[in-house]
Amino acid sequence: MVEVAFQPTSVPQARTARKASSLRNALKRKSTMAFLMTLPLILLIAIMVIYPAFYSIHLATLNKAMTKYVGFGNFQFLFKRETFWMVVEQSCIFAITAVIFKALIGFIVAHFAHNIPSRKQRKWRGMLLVPWVIPPAMSTLAWLWLFDPSYSAFNYTLGLFGAGPIPWLGQTAWARFSIILVNVWFGAPFFMIMYLAALKSVPEQLYEAAAIDGANWWQRIWYVTLPMMRNIIAITTLFSLIVTFANFDITRILTAGGPLDSTHVFATWAFRLGIEGGDIPLGASVSLFMAPILAIAAIFILRDISRRGNEA
Amino acid sequence: MSTLAIDKAGPSRKVKYGSMSRDRAWALRWSYFFLTLFAIFSLVPPIYMLITSLKSSAEISAATNPWWVFHPTLSNYLELLTSNQFLRFFWNSACVAVIVVTITMLISVPAAFALSRMKFWGSATLATGVFLTYLIPDSLLFLPLFKMFAVFSDWTGIRLINKWYVLLFLYPTLTVPFCTWIMIGYFASIPKELDEAAIIDGASWFQTLTRIFIPVALPGLIAATIFAFTVSWAQFLYPLVFTTSTDQLVMPVGIITTLIKGDVFNWGQIMTGALLGAAPPLLIYAFLMDYYIAGLTAGATKG
Repeated sequence: MVEVAFQPTSVPQARTARKASSLRNALKRKSTMAFLMTLPLILLIAIMVIYPAFYSIHLATLNKAMTKYVGFGNFQFLFKRETFWMVVEQSCIFAITAVIFKALIGFIVAHFAHNIPSRKQRKWRGMLLVPWVIPPAMSTLAWLWLFDPSYSAFNYTLGLFGAGPIPWLGQTAWARFSIILVNVWFGAPFFMIMYLAALKSVPEQLYEAAAIDGANWWQRIWYVTLPMMRNIIAITTLFSLIVTFANFDITRILTAGGPLDSTHVFATWAFRLGIEGGDIPLGASVSLFMAPILAIAAIFILRDISRRGNEA
Repeated sequence: MSTLAIDKAGPSRKVKYGSMSRDRAWALRWSYFFLTLFAIFSLVPPIYMLITSLKSSAEISAATNPWWVFHPTLSNYLELLTSNQFLRFFWNSACVAVIVVTITMLISVPAAFALSRMKFWGSATLATGVFLTYLIPDSLLFLPLFKMFAVFSDWTGIRLINKWYVLLFLYPTLTVPFCTWIMIGYFASIPKELDEAAIIDGASWFQTLTRIFIPVALPGLIAATIFAFTVSWAQFLYPLVFTTSTDQLVMPVGIITTLIKGDVFNWGQIMTGALLGAAPPLLIYAFLMDYYIAGLTAGATKG
């Protein structure tokens, strides 16, 4: 108190001036520092992600030897090929079916896991997440062996019940089914974990209130669980849709696109054309068709983030 | 008060209570039943890997019951673990994974710190941008990247393609955005008072990061490390595109390209290799499951 009273009138002005300049200095230092700390990240993203993404648009307009500009020539060529439309169809069938089944199975399993006493949940969760932990290339090899044309363990088991051998990877329809099966096997645990975390965050009182109001099991899910989990369901599905749409490992190892190119998705066909066929521009044009789904996802996520920002 | 008394006296309540607990018991039984079914579905491929890896080629081709090992043998394991080629794959994979994890942490931890605490021009946009780059898949980028590295070697004469260390440049694109995103989330949850106290005590930004943020956000750091390790261990597309000589391959590609020779599938060895390739992530998962799951759920719940 005394100190404040004693302060001469001229000093505060000088002090505020000095304080302001030192504050500005500190601010400058802080922002420079922050910029330097994020610089490696910015460089990495700019050089290894953003630049190649635009470079692939440029590549898609070149001819095979990458010496001449051909405009939309690669795309015109693709649109005329039957295989291309087959790949579009297969990619969409594959991604949509697989994501729906992953989400459904994940939701159901999460419910069952949520039902049991929390003491035992850990053990079950541990077992159910194993498919997600094994590198997909390695686990797909196990599936390839399970689907083997002559020694298939599945066909052996089916044979015990008198059912005929199934050409798991030999026929188009079965090969598509097998690829989706493996993808669902690999991806469902991710949904399960996400939904289980979301289920745990739904307040118990809501269920009690619903039960008092006489809601049955179905109504509790429809009016309480699903609205409470809407956000997490949306974002998980979006994530998974992107990852599944761009999936490479499973199709590559199981069928490599066969039989007769009927199970190619964008990623494997781009690899076949670009790396194995040596036509990088054509491969780049194929892989660019994965961009629209990405753009849609980006719009949704940005909207979600800005909405959350407004709420907060 | 009076309604409460009547309610308590009502006989119907007791009956309903009994049926509810019976419902619960049945729900529990059904839950266990279906969980068992799903657990079997999840565990069949890895168990089948183990079964096949214990069989000799003769037993596999004899087409006996595939679900049982009649003459267990460790010969597949011995053969692979003494083969220089296989050990080379393992070594390459381990090198790549460890170095990539280090690079990832060195880039993403300071960046996450700066983005979550030191607000500067464009920091919010950058944080969102980091998340969006995580969504750009490897299968969209491998062709332009391949061409970029080819052009780079034409210009400078440094050949990176077909060397295992080319992966050190490629994998961070997959790991850094997500790890930064996780760490931003963890750092943001640390109370501001903590670092303000440190600043008042005269700590520099660097000291705040190493003395306060890293110890407090250690669980997040472990989760991010596990994520970076699993991604770099499991990545298949980039090594398949960028490396071809057998001494430069990493595990997944090495097993698939060298153990599958033409149409001859030595399934005993392939399954052994696959199991050994799956072992490091599985071991980490077995010991650090909670961190693993924390990392998995952090990405989307904080999005």
